[in-house]
Amino acid sequence: MDNKERNLRYNKYVESKVPKTKEFPTLIYAFVVGGVICMLGQGITDLFLYIWPTMSLDEANAWMLIILIVLASFLTAIGVFDMIGAFAGAGTIVPITGFSNSITSPAMEFKKEGIIFGLCVKMFSVAGPVIVNGVAISVIIGIIYLFI
Amino acid sequence: MQNNRSTLFFKNKPMIIGNYSTVGSKEGHGNFSKYFHCVLDDDKFGEKTFEKAERKILEHTLNHAVKGANLTMDDINVLVCGDLLNQIISSTFAARKFGVPYLGLYGACSTMTEGLTLSAMLVDGKYVKNVLCGTGTHFSSAERQYRNPLELGNQRPQTSQWTITGAGASVISSEGVGHYIVSATIGKVVDYDVKDVNNMGAAMAPAAMDTLITHFKNTNTKPEDYDLILTGDLGKLGSEILIDLMENKGYNLRENYCDCGHMVYSDTQKTHQGGSGAGCSASVFNSYVLAKLTDGSYKRVLFCATGALLSTLSSQQGDSIPGICHAVEIIRNEKVKKWR
Repeated sequence: MDNKERNLRYNKYVESKVPKTKEFPTLIYAFVVGGVICMLGQGITDLFLYIWPTMSLDEANAWMLIILIVLASFLTAIGVFDMIGAFAGAGTIVPITGFSNSITSPAMEFKKEGIIFGLCVKMFSVAGPVIVNGVAISVIIGIIYLFI
Repeated sequence: MQNNRSTLFFKNKPMIIGNYSTVGSKEGHGNFSKYFHCVLDDDKFGEKTFEKAERKILEHTLNHAVKGANLTMDDINVLVCGDLLNQIISSTFAARKFGVPYLGLYGACSTMTEGLTLSAMLVDGKYVKNVLCGTGTHFSSAERQYRNPLELGNQRPQTSQWTITGAGASVISSEGVGHYIVSATIGKVVDYDVKDVNNMGAAMAPAAMDTLITHFKNTNTKPEDYDLILTGDLGKLGSEILIDLMENKGYNLRENYCDCGHMVYSDTQKTHQGGSGAGCSASVFNSYVLAKLTDGSYKRVLFCATGALLSTLSSQQGDSIPGICHAVEIIRNEKVKKWR
């Protein structure tokens, strides 16, 4: 069809016009901010192990995760996290801070539509796919693990 | 020719006798800051939610447009209004307050010219005397409906645009003093199979091209005949695409062409491709453009608001984005002395 060719040509032309993301600086920002978050996490774990030497490494890690989640959630609530995220990109999304933000932000946003139908329904609108995939894949791996 | 029917010529010269624009604080720091009638400090306008704020901004704008025309709401025969929220609640709820006969529109971001066209038709046909026409959008309510939660820490794509917080309204009448609406071209829905919801400019540019060419052909004019050709919210990228598309068809848009979305924010405001939303073209038209017509900088303006007619559902189901554009031609009336 004539239109099909026209549309293909147009989309190709648009693609050539679209400004490209500056990969190099964004990589650096993401690396630095992501690295700082990881360092902070390691610092918290080490601090816990230093204060309570009897604590196991797993338990210290669990506490560290809780602290990072609460911190990211808090920064989201006071409206700072989105600015850091806009600057750092994957640097804040990939660590657990991104997960925390993706649950806190819709929860805050949809609170106005009520606790049940707003907050509870929409809370996982961003993080939902991550949870579904996480659960599904863990079940598959569990089954594989059973047989080997 | 079939296209001839899509351009309407208004013989009785309906006039824009009142206009008003309200914008949020970010827009108030943009390029047209001194032209807007009202710049809000508080994006929520004292309301609890962004949807309620959008409604209040629209009500405020409609009210003041009527006041500016030295009329009262009782003098308005029809209110023609639309917005971007689901079921156009901002317009409907604003209309509920006024108790004026109401026609609700959905033309996405092309609502202002769709409204002006219909208003001019109603007045020109002598069905009614005064028509109030307006539209508005709010960044935060649009973001909630179409995109992500506000506090989500993600990066916006390079092609994205910033829905403006703002509203514009005009009073169109057969009596009084105002700039004339002389003709209008009703656009077709045009789809060039663009699927990227973050690149609305590219989706709408072919519709703008179609309407512009139809208008030029039907009115026997060329781009040079106008002092200003203004599209709605194609943004920086979209307007560059439109210039290229028009050049391919043999029209030169480089001299007197401009886009509201591209111009409304300054470069330092980091909106990527500029502003968008029904309120974008509405607020710029009802402030800057009418002001420049009044002071004589422009004598003939072709105003073409563009709209992307998608929904979150259609794009999730893999549909492409249809675009539309309506053009309205306005001619300066020298008798207009003050623009506020």
